[in-house]
Amino acid sequence: MSKDKLIIANKGYKSRLIVGTGKYKNFLECSKSVNLSGAEIITVAVRRVNISDKSKPILMDYIDPKKITYLPNTAGCFTSDEALRTLRLAREIGGWKLVKLEVLGDKKNLFPDMIETLKSTEILVKEGFKVMVYCNDDPLMAKRLENVGASAIMPLASPIGSGLGILNKVNLKIIRQQTKLPLIVDAGLGDAKDAAEAMQLGSDGVLVNTAIAKAKKPYLMAEAMKYAVISGRKSYLSGRIKKSIYGSASSPKKGII
Amino acid sequence: MIKKNKIKIKVNGKNYLVNNNFSLNELINKLDIPKKMVAIELNKKIVDKKKLKKIILKQKDCLEIVHFIGGG
Repeated sequence: MSKDKLIIANKGYKSRLIVGTGKYKNFLECSKSVNLSGAEIITVAVRRVNISDKSKPILMDYIDPKKITYLPNTAGCFTSDEALRTLRLAREIGGWKLVKLEVLGDKKNLFPDMIETLKSTEILVKEGFKVMVYCNDDPLMAKRLENVGASAIMPLASPIGSGLGILNKVNLKIIRQQTKLPLIVDAGLGDAKDAAEAMQLGSDGVLVNTAIAKAKKPYLMAEAMKYAVISGRKSYLSGRIKKSIYGSASSPKKGII
Repeated sequence: MIKKNKIKIKVNGKNYLVNNNFSLNELINKLDIPKKMVAIELNKKIVDKKKLKKIILKQKDCLEIVHFIGGG
């Protein structure tokens, strides 16, 4: 199993769990949760530096970007222009090209605007970015993203932060079957069961933020997610039994007294 | 009233008065900003951090200085 790595843009990761770093009470809680989750990739946002109060701690004081891969995300962007501006700045901060693109179209449900997303992906790929793309669970759109050079497909399970879990298993399975790109189920997962289910559908990984950060005990949930992802992956690879409406005894009939 | 030897610039949405002939490098140092951890945009164009010393600030320049924070 140690050879079973998540490969994104030619780089291998032992953990198939990617975690977001938003919504935590403080940086300490965030960094401890990241540690316990075993994640090697975290998503981060790009925002203005607080110039008037520089005594405030920053994320990099708590999570070392040399040890954990920072995945800049365009969360909060509603147009292609905003997203492109954000990711070009992100590249300038760190010098890395792996990014997560998220262009939202709907403030209530936070659904992705797939027209703007597709347009942005195409431009970013041409500029040399390795783009992991947040998208709808729509197989045709996923194919289009793949065709323009996305590095990973990240369909939603359900609306961001909703905790509703996977709403359309069939579509995720279809996307799994049609693509060789890394498939990361992103958004809407609520608990360990949801993460395991996403992995059992054949996803290469999952991205979780709110489910850990807003759990009553984030550290416990971070661990739960870690094991759920490992468990779901192994279960997927193991080849499950066929379902039957009849029972089948586990003990042999031979030698019954 | 604008002082003769000062120019007005905007940094992250706030107005600042700086000396004439002030370089972007001097401003970043004065604001005590760790260069390695930020990206800088001058009038909507990304600045090459190696060239900060060569950039002399002008009246009404608009700067955005960003870094990574927690996010989903």
